[in-house]
Amino acid sequence: MDLITLRSIEKTYQMGDISVPVLKGISLTIRQGELVALTGSSGSGKSTLMNILGCLDRPTAGEYWLDGQETSTLSTDERALLRNRKLGFVFQSFNLLARTSAIDNVAMPLSYAAEDLSEREARERAAEMLGKVGLADRLDHYPSQLSGGQQQRVAIARALINRPPVLFADEPTGNLDSKTSEEVLQMFERLNTEDGITIIMVTHDPKVAGHAKRVIRMDDGVILDDAAPAGPGREAPGGMP
Amino acid sequence: MRVYATARTAFKALRRNPMRAMLTTLGIVIGVGAVIAMMEIGAGSSAALKKTIASMGANVLVIQPGTASSGGVSFGAGSTTTLTPEDSRAILRECPAIRNATPMVRARTQVVYGNRNWVPNAIYGTTPAYLEVQNWSILAEGEPFSERDVLNGNRVCILGQTLVRELFEGASPLGKDIRIKNIAFRVIGVLTPKGANMMGFDQDDVILAPWTTIKYRVTGASLSTSNQSTTVATDSVNTLSNLYPATQGGLYPDRASVQQADNPMPVRFANIDSIMAAANNSGEISMAIEQITGVLRERHRIRPDDPDDFNIRDMAELTKTLSTTTTLMTNLLLAVAMISLVVGGVGIMNIMLVSVTERTREIGLRMAVGARGRDILRQFLVEAVVLCLTGGAMGIILGHGGSLLVKLLLHWPVETSPAAIAAAVLVSAGVGIIFGFYPAWKASRLDPIEALRYE
Repeated sequence: MDLITLRSIEKTYQMGDISVPVLKGISLTIRQGELVALTGSSGSGKSTLMNILGCLDRPTAGEYWLDGQETSTLSTDERALLRNRKLGFVFQSFNLLARTSAIDNVAMPLSYAAEDLSEREARERAAEMLGKVGLADRLDHYPSQLSGGQQQRVAIARALINRPPVLFADEPTGNLDSKTSEEVLQMFERLNTEDGITIIMVTHDPKVAGHAKRVIRMDDGVILDDAAPAGPGREAPGGMP
Repeated sequence: MRVYATARTAFKALRRNPMRAMLTTLGIVIGVGAVIAMMEIGAGSSAALKKTIASMGANVLVIQPGTASSGGVSFGAGSTTTLTPEDSRAILRECPAIRNATPMVRARTQVVYGNRNWVPNAIYGTTPAYLEVQNWSILAEGEPFSERDVLNGNRVCILGQTLVRELFEGASPLGKDIRIKNIAFRVIGVLTPKGANMMGFDQDDVILAPWTTIKYRVTGASLSTSNQSTTVATDSVNTLSNLYPATQGGLYPDRASVQQADNPMPVRFANIDSIMAAANNSGEISMAIEQITGVLRERHRIRPDDPDDFNIRDMAELTKTLSTTTTLMTNLLLAVAMISLVVGGVGIMNIMLVSVTERTREIGLRMAVGARGRDILRQFLVEAVVLCLTGGAMGIILGHGGSLLVKLLLHWPVETSPAAIAAAVLVSAGVGIIFGFYPAWKASRLDPIEALRYE
């Protein structure tokens, strides 16, 4: 089943009189349950594509179908709702709320959710999510009391709290050392295979991209290469869970 | 998003930076505190001022009998004889806007003590209620005469300070007898000094006595007695000056003059010179006049199209002064209150703007996980309102404490004003909304991508 379909997406930034094309007609399909890495040198347009995929930005032209819904014409509020229900975000710098306990950080997106959860239900769900990322014993720790890897896992739990079908990770290991990077990536793989969550990672690190089942390489606003990564023991893309 | 959750989020956000929250609130705390303190001290001063002006007689109404005329010749104000003490009682009983009323009989004659004499400005025959009407209840010495003294026509009196000075040269007159028209009055009280009134009339140059005593013993049959010696002379000789028909006999056999001197027959045809009534407050004066007019017209059986046989005077000038002073005071306080609250509000706005900038990434994150612009707007607005309300609550405590301190240390009159407290709460919430709106609006307009990238 196609979860994400892009049809000749273009994005042009207007810098005064000069228009700068960043994406020049991107078309791609991502099916449910894929683990995709989006790579490319800086300035290749991968972050812009990521923003459009994450419904944070609107394409200048083209169609973006997410889960059977055309999103490029949605209003700001409708896109916010869509982000809340269908998308999860993990950032390079974790973006946890300081001086806020792990469980409250995880429960935060619930306060914007349409479904009306009670305080207790929200905390239960947040605790469950933290358990899933292996932090069941760190519920009331503040971000400053957690290691980088633990913080990123809290961020992952937060991204998953609304049970979205898609998880976006923007350089998820950029601020982590190689060992914790490995842990986080393994967690992504587990979420992908066990829970069937579609994961899209933006990275410039080939080692990180190596964990993906499919690597999309971008350069100068176009897709350069779209294939399974070179490496032993990797399946071809498209495997249904 | 639910209100409760929003409030909780706001509290959590504020708790994350307690020092900043406290400093922000300080502006409102001081603002509201100043307002409350000013309001309470101001209300106290205003009440004291009102009381002072009221003691000058702003609430007092004087009811005088109307003009009698004969053949086109008017005899001037107060020349009919229709006003009675019963009218005074009826006014007190039937007019809800009237606090107190007292009949008045006025005399002006010589007063003698020992080898000194003096003609006071006025000798008032009245009831104990007069002191309350004039806000003069606290005596310098002694005690006021009673209702029983009035009923019995007892010869007791209260002296004004000027009389104490003139007759007693400052010594205590209590228990001494003075003579008014050869009738001995025991001094039982001394009034506190009041000074001159607005017209320059020395209000301390006065003697108060039961109206029955003044009417039946001092002024006797005559309305116009000015000189003691001549009156005494005419009383005994010239019967033409007798105004009251009863004394002209007819009903009873004429009595010998010796018999009459031994056992004077009291004449109880009781008309009085005026009624002094006090309205509940200056706002009810016009209502009081209306009610008195109704009561007196009914009692005097005046037909609807006939003119009143009395007239009512109020102290319009004083009342005007009173209301102007009060309005001025209120406006002054309001201006001070507004300025301090605006200053506090600007402080809140500044900190909220700083807070929005500082929390740009948080806003970006919240937007990324699904917060809409209006969710962000609400969050920051609620934060500002929570800050302002907390500040307002602390300000109320501070202001109230401050005014209590002023009361304790400086002995200024202070009046707790629930209206001011309610207004302070409303205004601090209002300030939060007004000055919190711009930063909140700014936050809600952030682009999530920019905000997430913000360092």
